[in-house]
Amino acid sequence: MIETKGFRWFRKVVLTFLTVFTVLPLYVLVVTSVKPLENVRGTFTWFPDRITFQPFVDMWTTIPLASYLGNSLIVTTTATVLALLVAVLAAYPLSRLRFRGKRLFSMTVLSTQMFPGILFLLPLFLIFVRVEDLIGVELTGSYLGLIVTYLTFALPFSIWMLAGYFSAIPEGLEEAAMIDGTTRVGALVRVILPVARPGIIAVGVFAFITAWGEVLFASVLTDTQTRTLSIGLKLYTSQTDTLWNQLLAASLTISLPVVIAFMLIQRYLVSGLSAGAVK
Amino acid sequence: MKISARAVLSASTALGLVAALTACGPDEGSEGQTLTYWASNQGASVEEDQEVLQPALDRFTEETGIEVELEVVPWSELYNRVLTAVSSGNSPDVLNIGNTWAASLQETGAFVPFEGAELEAVGGEERFVATSFATGGAEGAPPTSVPLYGLSYALFYNPTMFEEAGIEEPPATWEEFVDTANELTRDTDDDGEIDQYGFGLEGGNERQNSHMAFILGRQQGGRLWADQGPTFSSDAQVTAVKQWVDLMATEDVVDPSSAEFSDGTQAIADFVDERSAMTIVQGSARTTMAARDFDDYEIAEVPVLDPLPGEPVQSIAAGINISVFNDTDDQEGALRLVEHLTSPQEQVYLSQEFQTLPVATESYDSEELQDESMDTFRRILAEHSEPMPLIPEEGQMETVLGAAIGGIFADVATGSEITEADVRQAMEDAEAEMDAAN
Amino acid sequence: MSFTEEPRPGAAPGSDRRRSRRPGWFLPYGMILPAAVLELLVHIIPMLLGIYISFTSLTQLTIRRWTTAPFVWFDNFVRGLDPGSALGSALFESLFRTIVYTVLVVGLSWALGMAAAVALNTRFRGRGVLRTLFLVPYALPVYVAAILWAFMFNQRDGMVNRVLVQDMGLLDERPFWLIGENAFWVLVIVSVWRLWPFAFLMLLAALQSIPGDVYEAAAIDGASTWKRFTDITLPMVRSANLVVLLVMGLWTFNEFNIPYLLFGDTSPESARLISPLIYEHSFVNWNFGLGAAMSVLLLVVLIVASAIYVRMVLPKGSGND
Repeated sequence: MIETKGFRWFRKVVLTFLTVFTVLPLYVLVVTSVKPLENVRGTFTWFPDRITFQPFVDMWTTIPLASYLGNSLIVTTTATVLALLVAVLAAYPLSRLRFRGKRLFSMTVLSTQMFPGILFLLPLFLIFVRVEDLIGVELTGSYLGLIVTYLTFALPFSIWMLAGYFSAIPEGLEEAAMIDGTTRVGALVRVILPVARPGIIAVGVFAFITAWGEVLFASVLTDTQTRTLSIGLKLYTSQTDTLWNQLLAASLTISLPVVIAFMLIQRYLVSGLSAGAVK
Repeated sequence: MKISARAVLSASTALGLVAALTACGPDEGSEGQTLTYWASNQGASVEEDQEVLQPALDRFTEETGIEVELEVVPWSELYNRVLTAVSSGNSPDVLNIGNTWAASLQETGAFVPFEGAELEAVGGEERFVATSFATGGAEGAPPTSVPLYGLSYALFYNPTMFEEAGIEEPPATWEEFVDTANELTRDTDDDGEIDQYGFGLEGGNERQNSHMAFILGRQQGGRLWADQGPTFSSDAQVTAVKQWVDLMATEDVVDPSSAEFSDGTQAIADFVDERSAMTIVQGSARTTMAARDFDDYEIAEVPVLDPLPGEPVQSIAAGINISVFNDTDDQEGALRLVEHLTSPQEQVYLSQEFQTLPVATESYDSEELQDESMDTFRRILAEHSEPMPLIPEEGQMETVLGAAIGGIFADVATGSEITEADVRQAMEDAEAEMDAAN
Repeated sequence: MSFTEEPRPGAAPGSDRRRSRRPGWFLPYGMILPAAVLELLVHIIPMLLGIYISFTSLTQLTIRRWTTAPFVWFDNFVRGLDPGSALGSALFESLFRTIVYTVLVVGLSWALGMAAAVALNTRFRGRGVLRTLFLVPYALPVYVAAILWAFMFNQRDGMVNRVLVQDMGLLDERPFWLIGENAFWVLVIVSVWRLWPFAFLMLLAALQSIPGDVYEAAAIDGASTWKRFTDITLPMVRSANLVVLLVMGLWTFNEFNIPYLLFGDTSPESARLISPLIYEHSFVNWNFGLGAAMSVLLLVVLIVASAIYVRMVLPKGSGND
């Protein structure tokens, strides 16, 4: 790729601006998490009066952070993996196969994105309770209810994005594989999935984040044992005080695994894969 | 082709299996002689509350053999949790919650009414402080809750600052209060900026705003609610609200920054940090002050207008009430738990731990509670308090009215002049919002 | 309307017809089955129930036996959506405000995301670091992001006023951000901060699939950078763009978390969006029928807007199947 001088300038300006925009709040997050509480209470200071790692120690006992973290990881990871599986299965026929009801299905799935959460929050809960009564599967206050909910929240967008990515892959690729005797599903697994890797990763990140930060449904579908981080963190604010330093220390700590995971997978998001496949 | 389709179907089945497996998460406990008790969060944290309540519940188990499974529910989740409990029937046996919700929850029909045998089972009406007992539900119907923790507003002041300013007595009338606040509003380090305000409040705190509109309104001879609906814009109420916002708008005895305060801790923090010399908050604020190692404060009655056009009301009859769910499998046991927690002995223990006021009149005779501030609080609660309007729309009213007053504070802080007509307009808008929604 | 292209006509004429007669005809159905079941359980049925509730008087009086809540036909709609009443006028004001908010947030997020994706789709040192960094705002739980910004915009002690008044001396007085008119802009800034990394991630993934040699050919032809962007990049990522814009628009329009976490139960008037307003009616006042009627209006607006959008951006005829 040839880069002009103008492009280099554009890149510099854009990246500088975005870096500052992104980093400034993160800097506040980091610096506040190592301040003693008295230092957090007054006017903001760029540097701590004294650096302390006590918040990182105290945060585990002020609230059961480890248990919330565990809950969030279980719910989010399971929901992401299942969402990817279900979405890949559904996206493939949408982009490759012809079948009756396809348009209905794709339109319905996309239109669910329009549903305002506040409209179906209570109904969803009421239905979960009914299902519990009918078949005895615990859906409220359990991991399962949250997993099913988050997994489905991620589906419409994931299906649409994946169908788009699959469609961009030339059909010749899998036809060649099928001539070699592979089944269609085999071709999907062995040919399409590797090529669509950037898309699958992007969608996986999306599904993960959707579940990771969700607040509204978690506040209704969890109880003390299954409370997730996104609502559990609120408990650093009590009737009497907000423990800013611990809250931000905890935020930092729980973000680190996510950031590291992003770092690891972002290298798989690199270009050239699909380009190579086209050649 | 066949094989692959089957593969897909078995993949779907596997999915279902995985889902079923993950269902085996943490679960509710066993049934039988175990009661579930949801307690709202009183102290500094959920954990702390559990530590306070467990001994009280252990004493109950010892007495009766009934186990109690305690869940302290944080306020941020409490309302939705109660909603789900009511709508699904998956409810705890016993629940405690802010007493201003009593009438609203009463309407759901999900709670055991306390009358006759049920009321006697929890100690009878005569056990309770009358003003607190009155908060149990709408007038004319058997209450569905009884008081558990009593609370009242009081004037907190900083005696050191009073001394520095040569003020000897806390103000008793509103006029004295405003004068005192003016004297205490100062630029202590002469840098041209006021750094000590006479009074501290939270302009964005809907609850405080609507409670003060109620208290000052009662003093002005007004009320927030009549039979037909809201009366926020009556002359007396408008004067009362103006009186409250004028502390910032015309008297300048309140830090304009506090127009943004809303979480119930910031005005207390300013008082602790000696940025303000007085504040009017509920007695539970003492836990916050204790947590901050602050004890340079005294407590006095809330100032009252003189001459007084209305009633000498100084506080709402604030506090937490306790209820028993209709769906409980063990109503008798649940009532015994309520009896235990409201008994004079447990009340002494609980009120010390949570800095609340006993709801059992007998507890006030206890040696352990004899001190001057307890006496002041008792007097305010027992003699100068009225419940907020006992209507199902109470919660909504606090939100709508409190936000309207918060809006006036925001206008004041961002530089607008506020006239009585502006206040009236805001109150009329709030009324219209209430009317339209109900 | 589908971004999911049909098999190209020239690829294998007649193969489709033959395929549908094969024993494997149920393959596509088997593949969409899990998704269909989940959508039905979590989205469709609750939604229908929600619409039903909008025709009932579901309040604290009836919530305990919600199945027997009285059916009141269009009562809730008449009460909630009458522009002459206090309720209706507040609703339509907030609807308009939400539209402005959505356009601003989606527009800015897309522009930032696209710019970053184009800039980072080139090779230079440190791009891996930036790619990860830019995703961090998106990875923070929304609660943390909102409360962090509220902390920074605090009038008396916050970082923003410190920079503006103390460090740079741009202003004499510390302005209020979280109350009054400025609250709207705070809402926009925080929302963009949260959302743009999503646009960036999706568009970057789409850019990756453009073969590099297309650009090389264009560069040899002497096309300018801007021309390459409009003539090659944009058309190549068109389908991703359309979905990303539509979905971001829908999410932003329904945004609840950020205003709720920034401002609590009631937002300042300048920042009162429609979802928190409906939440207040439903979950604070327990007037679910009314809240549901208002949400149905929201849904209708979204359906109409999406239909117009789809009609505008999609070439005629592509939606026939």
